[in-house]
Amino acid sequence: MTLLAESQLHETFELNLGPQHPATHGVLRVKLTMDGEYIVKAEPVLGYIHRMHEKMGENRTWAQFMANVGRMDYLSAMSFNHGYVALVERAMGIEVPERAEYLRVITVELNRIQSHLLWWGAFVLDLGGFSPLLYAFDDREQILDLLETVTGSRLTYSYFRFGGLYNDIDENFVDGARAFIKRLRSRIPMYHDLVTYNIILMTRLKGVGPISAEMCRKYGATGPVLRGSGIQFDIRKNEPYSVYPEFDFDIPVYHEGDCMARYMVRMDEMEQSMRIIEQALDKLPDGPVKAKKVPKLIKPPIGDYYHAVEAARGTFSIRVVSNKTNKPYRMKLRSPTFSNLSLFEEASEGMLLADALALMGSLDLVIPEIDR
Amino acid sequence: MAGYFNELFSGTKSLAIGLRITIKECFKPVVTLQYPHESLVMTPRYRGHIELVGDAETGETKCIVCGMCQRACPSGCITVKGEKREGVKGKVLTVYQLDFTKCSLCGQCVESCKPGAIDFSHEYNLASTRKEDFIFDLVKRLKDKS
Repeated sequence: MTLLAESQLHETFELNLGPQHPATHGVLRVKLTMDGEYIVKAEPVLGYIHRMHEKMGENRTWAQFMANVGRMDYLSAMSFNHGYVALVERAMGIEVPERAEYLRVITVELNRIQSHLLWWGAFVLDLGGFSPLLYAFDDREQILDLLETVTGSRLTYSYFRFGGLYNDIDENFVDGARAFIKRLRSRIPMYHDLVTYNIILMTRLKGVGPISAEMCRKYGATGPVLRGSGIQFDIRKNEPYSVYPEFDFDIPVYHEGDCMARYMVRMDEMEQSMRIIEQALDKLPDGPVKAKKVPKLIKPPIGDYYHAVEAARGTFSIRVVSNKTNKPYRMKLRSPTFSNLSLFEEASEGMLLADALALMGSLDLVIPEIDR
Repeated sequence: MAGYFNELFSGTKSLAIGLRITIKECFKPVVTLQYPHESLVMTPRYRGHIELVGDAETGETKCIVCGMCQRACPSGCITVKGEKREGVKGKVLTVYQLDFTKCSLCGQCVESCKPGAIDFSHEYNLASTRKEDFIFDLVKRLKDKS
């Protein structure tokens, strides 16, 4: 900062990071005002892939909007679908069979691990290490195969239905999930040896890009970003939904607020997700996967409804206003990375460009979800 | 000076650990597939584009031209047309067109179909440079199949 302060009088120049840039993972443009290698101001410019999902929600029936939700955050489509079906079920007062809720939790947590694995690979790729991405994809592929056999799709699942699931799991799923957890448990120490304790990575992440708890509150940051800044907040614990209260799991928190803290939160979260899946597989009840009394025409009573879920990147919530027609009257979507990106401008002030890219990577941005 | 040597030592150690993992991985079986030469068989539940299902005995379509799939589709990619024919109960399917460029593979059509006349195909090698290649005439496809 002192260097920056001294050079205030010097000439600055503008630099465009993106819209297409390997470090921005999508069509995000960051307008940087640079003083040499230091950032004076970083202004994210959004809207390159805005698709009007909110407006689309008002123009199609409740069931038809299902496919849209998964396409906002293609990496945790399952969590987003969960948020939407849970909202409509709350509005309609539909009881979901227990087996369906357990399977929802299992698939959502698998999806979370998958998302964190991809982030891990891509983040290290941003920092200049190529091979960890291949290790991560090897493991991630196991999850995708597992989910594909059940849902029929690899990314945008649309697996949940109002009142249950699209179809029941097949006989190989439980064994497959257990085998995967065993495999990932044996791989994570290798990940730590290869990347976490690597001296180059530690130097690049420790103390870099500090985000304070106040800054998180100011911008409404959630998810691993918030938990890396020392605030223990997770919708799964704080506003429990589905069958999460029945499982024993911890919310990893790190107080440093730097890139390393956010990195460690995600690594620990994978372990916690595995714990949840194991417990859910043990307790998995028999029974139907779809509620019997689901009306054919979904027309929620007049009112204002809200539901939030913990997606891989933070809190995803939907608020809808229903006027008892077959289409929502108004739909408002709150996606986690939009808020997480908002703090980038303040957090990156005075940082070296290379460090700012580490900070941006540690926020785990998914652009279609920011733009919606 | 001590710091310099410490750093040198820990750096070399870190490098050695990384190399050990890389070398170990060298002797593990290959996990990738040489795509154009080998390809995967899709799982039974794989959701490809939709296809008309023929009757097990006659091979004729089960479609009754109710238009439910057309109405259920969020993107409007299905066009169904039928006509009345003498001596046949109900309507007879004449046109079933799928505009796959708009399809989001959500499966609403398959779920809405009461007679079970449509199902997902397992095709995924669909790359093309022409838009017309993605507008499928499903009636013709069913005829070609049977």
